[in-house]
Amino acid sequence: MAKSQITLTVNGKKEEALVEPRTLLIHFLREQLNLTGPHIGCETTHCGACTIDLNGMSVKSCTMFAVQANGADIVTIEGMAAADGTLHALQEGFREMHGLQCGFCTPGMIMRAHRLLQENPSPTEEEIRFGIAGNLCRCTGYQNIVKAIQYAAAKLGGVPYREAAE
Amino acid sequence: MNVATPNPTSAERAEKLQGLGCKRKRVEDVRFTQGKGNYVDDLKLPRMLYGDFVRSPHAHARIKSIDTSKAKAVPGVLAVLTAADLKPLGLHYMPTLAGDVAAVLAEEKVLFQNQEVAFIIAEDRYIAADAAELVEVEYEALPVVIDPFKAMAPDAPVLREDIKDKTDGAHGKRKHYNHIFEWQMGDREATDLAFRKADVTIKELISYQRVHPCPLETCQAVASFDKITSELTLWGTFQAPHVIRTVASLISKIPEHKIHVIAPDIGGGFGNKVGAYPGYICAIVASIVTGRPVKWVEDRIENLSTTAFARDYHMTTEIACTKDGKVTGLRVHTLADHGAFDACADPSKWPAGFFNIVTGSYDFPVAHVAVDGVYTNKAPGGVAYRCSFRVTEAAYCIERAMDIMAQKLGMDPAEFRMKNLIRREQFPYVSALGWEYDSGDYHTALQKALDTVGYRQLRAEQKAKREAFKRGETRELMGIGVIFFTEIVGAGPSRNCDILGIAMFDSAEIRIHPTGSVIARLGTKSQGQGHETTYAQIIATEIGLAADNIAIEEGNTDTAPYGLGTYGSRSTPVSGAATAMAARKIKAKAQMIAAHLLEVHDDDLEWDIDRFRVRGNPERFKTMTELAWAAYNNVPPGMEPGLEAVSYYDPPNMTYPFGAYICVADIDADTGVTKIRRFYALDDCGTRINPMIIEGQIHGGLTEAFGIAMGQEIHYDAEGNVTTASLMDYFLPTAVETPRWETDWTTTPSPHHPIGAKGVGESPNVGGVPCFANAVNDAFAFLGSTHIQMPHDNWRTWTVANKLGLHA
Amino acid sequence: MIPGSFAYHRPTSVSEAVLLLDSLGDEARALAGGHSLIPMMKLRLASPAHLIDLGGIGELRSLREEAGEIVIGAMTTQHELIGSQLLSAKIPILSETSLLIADPQVRYLGTIGGNVANGDPGNDLPAVMICLNATYDVTGKSGPRRIAARDFYQGAYFTALEPGEIVTAIRIPVPQAGHGYAYEKLKRKIGDYATAAAAVVLSMSGGKVVACSIGLTNVAETPLWAEEAAGIIVGSTLDAATVKKAVAAAEAITAPASDARGPAIYRTKMAGVMLARALARARQRAGA
Repeated sequence: MAKSQITLTVNGKKEEALVEPRTLLIHFLREQLNLTGPHIGCETTHCGACTIDLNGMSVKSCTMFAVQANGADIVTIEGMAAADGTLHALQEGFREMHGLQCGFCTPGMIMRAHRLLQENPSPTEEEIRFGIAGNLCRCTGYQNIVKAIQYAAAKLGGVPYREAAE
Repeated sequence: MNVATPNPTSAERAEKLQGLGCKRKRVEDVRFTQGKGNYVDDLKLPRMLYGDFVRSPHAHARIKSIDTSKAKAVPGVLAVLTAADLKPLGLHYMPTLAGDVAAVLAEEKVLFQNQEVAFIIAEDRYIAADAAELVEVEYEALPVVIDPFKAMAPDAPVLREDIKDKTDGAHGKRKHYNHIFEWQMGDREATDLAFRKADVTIKELISYQRVHPCPLETCQAVASFDKITSELTLWGTFQAPHVIRTVASLISKIPEHKIHVIAPDIGGGFGNKVGAYPGYICAIVASIVTGRPVKWVEDRIENLSTTAFARDYHMTTEIACTKDGKVTGLRVHTLADHGAFDACADPSKWPAGFFNIVTGSYDFPVAHVAVDGVYTNKAPGGVAYRCSFRVTEAAYCIERAMDIMAQKLGMDPAEFRMKNLIRREQFPYVSALGWEYDSGDYHTALQKALDTVGYRQLRAEQKAKREAFKRGETRELMGIGVIFFTEIVGAGPSRNCDILGIAMFDSAEIRIHPTGSVIARLGTKSQGQGHETTYAQIIATEIGLAADNIAIEEGNTDTAPYGLGTYGSRSTPVSGAATAMAARKIKAKAQMIAAHLLEVHDDDLEWDIDRFRVRGNPERFKTMTELAWAAYNNVPPGMEPGLEAVSYYDPPNMTYPFGAYICVADIDADTGVTKIRRFYALDDCGTRINPMIIEGQIHGGLTEAFGIAMGQEIHYDAEGNVTTASLMDYFLPTAVETPRWETDWTTTPSPHHPIGAKGVGESPNVGGVPCFANAVNDAFAFLGSTHIQMPHDNWRTWTVANKLGLHA
Repeated sequence: MIPGSFAYHRPTSVSEAVLLLDSLGDEARALAGGHSLIPMMKLRLASPAHLIDLGGIGELRSLREEAGEIVIGAMTTQHELIGSQLLSAKIPILSETSLLIADPQVRYLGTIGGNVANGDPGNDLPAVMICLNATYDVTGKSGPRRIAARDFYQGAYFTALEPGEIVTAIRIPVPQAGHGYAYEKLKRKIGDYATAAAAVVLSMSGGKVVACSIGLTNVAETPLWAEEAAGIIVGSTLDAATVKKAVAAAEAITAPASDARGPAIYRTKMAGVMLARALARARQRAGA
């Protein structure tokens, strides 16, 4: 099958590539751009491990073809820390609040939380749980993930978060 | 020598170590939060190929022909392997951990849906998937056995034709061609007598449905065979990398030193990644055949339908009791559905794992347990899904049965448990089924749990709600689940635990570098438990060097000492002990060096957090950092330089973590929807290494327990089609469904473990499942219901309500 | 799970899309949000040779009120439905329902057109459209036409669309101001299709129901319009006996499959329970 030329911005960097139309965006990111932060967990759009930020939306990159992302602006977990290596408040929050264990869901979870906080900078616990319901975690039971997001929300809002990880 | 900086206090020095008992932040998180974990599928090697399976659509069928010609003709396909290719190599079957064999690629028959039939090797995974569709397999469908209770019928279809005439299996006589083993423990006669003399007895078939561990990352491997050196490197999702190396060597005949097994970061295991699977073998063979690296990555459907189911235990359970509520006997017969091959991941001498922990936390004077394993047309497995071997089954069984007996006696289930719990002064306690429980203070734990949740008030509220329900004022039923569990973990002592003949010790090797930084390597393998963080804490406290200067490495069989891996909550009880013992060897040598430097006798020194000091003269000391340096330039005459040690720890006993859990559930009688209002978990795992990680483990284990109790099921229809093999139908709760958890603890150290730790990762799953189940059952108990089978999903719960006439 | 090969087309206008669909015939499938089709392709339950991505057609992304109707372009996403102030003010049942579809990520890409047009009985919006008496603007090689939602669904994945036709917009008559509404969905977890769900829109006057419409989700091969049940409700005060009668009438038209969500009898009964609850909540919300 003829390949298609696509041009897109990934983590602030312009990328041009040839892709087969059927190449899934997750495979394009992982195999062609070597961005292995987004993971493949379920392949049926349930687990959210492949979540990235695309044009200001949280997207499960296993359910989109790379050709559909032509022209898009994408951020993956690899694009979250500052250029000087300073961790994003969410990355810091996940560590401080013990919001991860095996780490497999973490990149997708953080990317989803990032968009959630853009849309709702100070969510309630209820809103966080509802907002991350497209991301499955098998290790943490979510309780500390909620805290990690609250930590980040507080930090981004300039308020220190006091509660410790359980 | 001792630089006079402002003297830190003892507390400050101890805190700086980040040792035992502190909530140390995880080392692993630095890479994981940045997407820099290194999981198997992240690995990319030059010229790497991809493998994909052709799988059987049938649960039981004869293979009449396999035509791979169209698949082979697809550009980019290098080869297609079938059993015919593997048979000359003796690789079409592989040995299982349970003494059986399992097909790698099906030869004459397929025995479960999605069984591996052919293996495509192609330039990329897209081509491999295309070619898999083009392999033409002609099947002749055969009658299936799905219900384990029909497996041993006189006219049941013969499943395993390869062993149909074998009258002896790995664990003794076989009663039928679909029978695998019978295993018994306890005193049958004494137990029968107890039942004959009992005032009250109960009998119930308590089934634990087939489930799957379903870690977020599936099973995967990359095999790379170097034809020049004849060496094989195998990366994979291995909870037990050394065992995989030994098995790979035994199967492939490649010498073990020429096999390098590497388990990189693992995206959750929960028992799924203990065994060896056809994908691993086929990737190895494919790499040998093509001379190129070959990657095999399971998809989610393959994961749920082929690798490593758990449970499928059907436990006919009886308790004998006096009329005032003292248990006098326990009798359990279990029918165990092992699927098409006996691939249970148990210590070799334990075909039913440690199911004889089924007397639980109670002082049963006598007990008898028998387990019959049978073959069916379902996927093989029988792994310990976040539990020690068959311990979850046992805990569910006894905790349900205790409630059923309490109900029959008209006693409160908490009071009934209090009356029968093993008393503190009975430890070490030898159970009627042969285990020696190391330590416990059960009554204190249960009382604390009851007091904390306000148990009496909850029962009063429930009573009022039941009255309101009867009056038609509410459609909600309130259930209170109370359980007390005892786990048996840390397999295990060499006298009774081995895998394929290898004793279940574990190991740690610690090297102190001249500057006082450390690398430690272990035979276990973290899959999210945070070993890089916690093992360092043990070492930090033992030898007084800061955890931040201690690197922990696992998973590379070339560098790590031989170990049996991480499952059955064995890392802390066994490798944690090995770590402490190796550290103590180092400390003993450091003490001699300190004595030499301070010109005193060894015995004149005492340990002080991070240093040896002279007794009665604390100003004279040598810190461990100083001693590390000295180990490389100024050791006592006759002593070898260097500071390192290795320990292979053969535990004297298992450890027995325990806990008391209480769950409050509200059930909508009209829909069956069950809301968990409250869940309180008190765990006693002995000495607590890192409370933050312990709490995280408990949250996760409770969430998995919630999934299992409330919805998870690997379900087969009557034709043997697996109907729940995607995350649409296999219940993994999201943050919305998952309850909030309250955690608590008591601390009863293990007397035989060097630091008193018992292990915790699996306790919440073992205790959680019966606690949810008891809450749901309790909601209906006042209407005469005695036992409702799991999972307690909406429709099943509604059906119970319907049968009780609640929708009239 | 790897999809088969296909050629990719990204038209920029409806006419171009229709031309492509017509010329490529059976081998072509239109791609909207992709969250039904792409998983099917990955499972190889669908293997179109041509995929026509409607994502580049600006005219399909609109949301406006005209002549007593709300007109929603087919490529409007569920996320946009949730965020629309116009819809919150005029037809709030749409955002209530959209929030119960799948999960946040899916709603960013999942479209109203895809949800109503693909004929999956598990989709939530079709029953709501039936309840609201919506009309679909459809275009194919023989030009545009309109199909009432109530006439659109013929079987599981079978609709009134002719080959080569696509839904371009959804027209919903603005319900009476002060109407009560509710979408009650029973599901096993976030991300699941309904075990059963009921959409209700009603208007009250003087304590009595003066208008009522009911749609049911995932309890038959198509979404259901519970016309008789709604008729029973109209004129009543929503008293228990009337609701019970309406529930019985609604249950009587269901024909669900038994699946992992429960046996058919359970799903029928849940349609009834959801209806009763939707009626109660709609009544609370209704003015006068």
